[in-house]
Amino acid sequence: MSDRINARNISDSEFFYGHKACAGCGGSLAVRIALKVLGERTLLVEPAGCMSAVSFNYPQMSFANNAIISAFAGTAAVMTGLKVGAEAMGLKDYHVLGIAGDGGTADIGIQALSGLIDRNDDAIYICYDNEAYMNTGIQKSGLTPFGATTTTTPAGSRVKGNLRPKKNLFEIVAAHGIPYAATASVGYIEDFANKVKRASEVKGTSFIHVLAPCPTGWGVDTSETVDIAREIVDTGLWYLAEYYDGEFHLNMKPKALEGVSHYIKRQKRFKHLSDEDINTIIRERDKTWERIAKFGN
Amino acid sequence: MIKPSLEPRPVIRKLSEIPQGGSSKAGFLVDKNSGWRNRTPRVDVDKCVGCLQCYMYCPDGVIRKNVIEIDGKTVTKVDIDYDFCKGCGICEKMCQIGAISMEEKSE
Repeated sequence: MSDRINARNISDSEFFYGHKACAGCGGSLAVRIALKVLGERTLLVEPAGCMSAVSFNYPQMSFANNAIISAFAGTAAVMTGLKVGAEAMGLKDYHVLGIAGDGGTADIGIQALSGLIDRNDDAIYICYDNEAYMNTGIQKSGLTPFGATTTTTPAGSRVKGNLRPKKNLFEIVAAHGIPYAATASVGYIEDFANKVKRASEVKGTSFIHVLAPCPTGWGVDTSETVDIAREIVDTGLWYLAEYYDGEFHLNMKPKALEGVSHYIKRQKRFKHLSDEDINTIIRERDKTWERIAKFGN
Repeated sequence: MIKPSLEPRPVIRKLSEIPQGGSSKAGFLVDKNSGWRNRTPRVDVDKCVGCLQCYMYCPDGVIRKNVIEIDGKTVTKVDIDYDFCKGCGICEKMCQIGAISMEEKSE
């Protein structure tokens, strides 16, 4: 295994530059770092979503590598197409990368993703998770957490935002027996960069689920994106883990388990939650940790 | 180093100049983002120790590594591309030694 990527040795090139994402966008940070790791010879697929909306504004094109917009449901299917096309052309030394949001992965694109993993094509799929359909104006997705208010799950006097828990996408993907899957957060960007690198070295399909806060949709200041992406990991509401060789591995133990209430109360989308609701969130978190504590290191 | 570059917006005068098909040149920028900014980050070069955390965490990639010579020693500093900085303020939060401060005005 080669050296770990850090701020000093990561490529100077910027392959995602001058885009129109909101200030402080977590998703654009994930895309930027992934492309810096993978380099110019990356064939990128983006479905409808924030990252395609902010980068392909004709005649402006914010990607310095080859990139294509796919149908919303078809990210992973187009990745297979690119892979087969590249093989037919005899290309060497390249990566096929798909980057889709949480809705485009966990809801709309899940069958194409399942097919990609089933075919085990040598490609990297990254899901940047901002916990709702942010591009179209904050609608609930399968990865929206319990209690969050969105335009389709508005909080009122009786209903407290989204009633359903976040889909367990990482373990759904791992259940396919995928060669490599990982969870990450833009709050721990070196960890994410190294997971992208590892994914690129794996033969067969790899999948990374990276949590990427959206200041607009979560109701936090634009400067707090990274801070809050760290806090969600530190409080144990999100976890950094990997799956390879048929086994789960936990990368980090949460440091500030009691910080849930601070994490919840700083976001506008959770403003309506009572202390009792926060306790429900803490109970669900503890159940998750009981399960994942069995993961090795 | 590869980076999309700022070029003039193409002017279309005739029907035949309208591009055909769905593809266009990669890494081609026609608009700056500086107008989005309400706050402007300023780097105190003397304080900067070159840890590059602001560079790593910038969502827009507008912070560049700047390797310079000071008194015969090669040191790493950072500098900001104000054409594309949106003033989100993440760099200020990431800087552990307070070398970046946000000025409350746009340019």
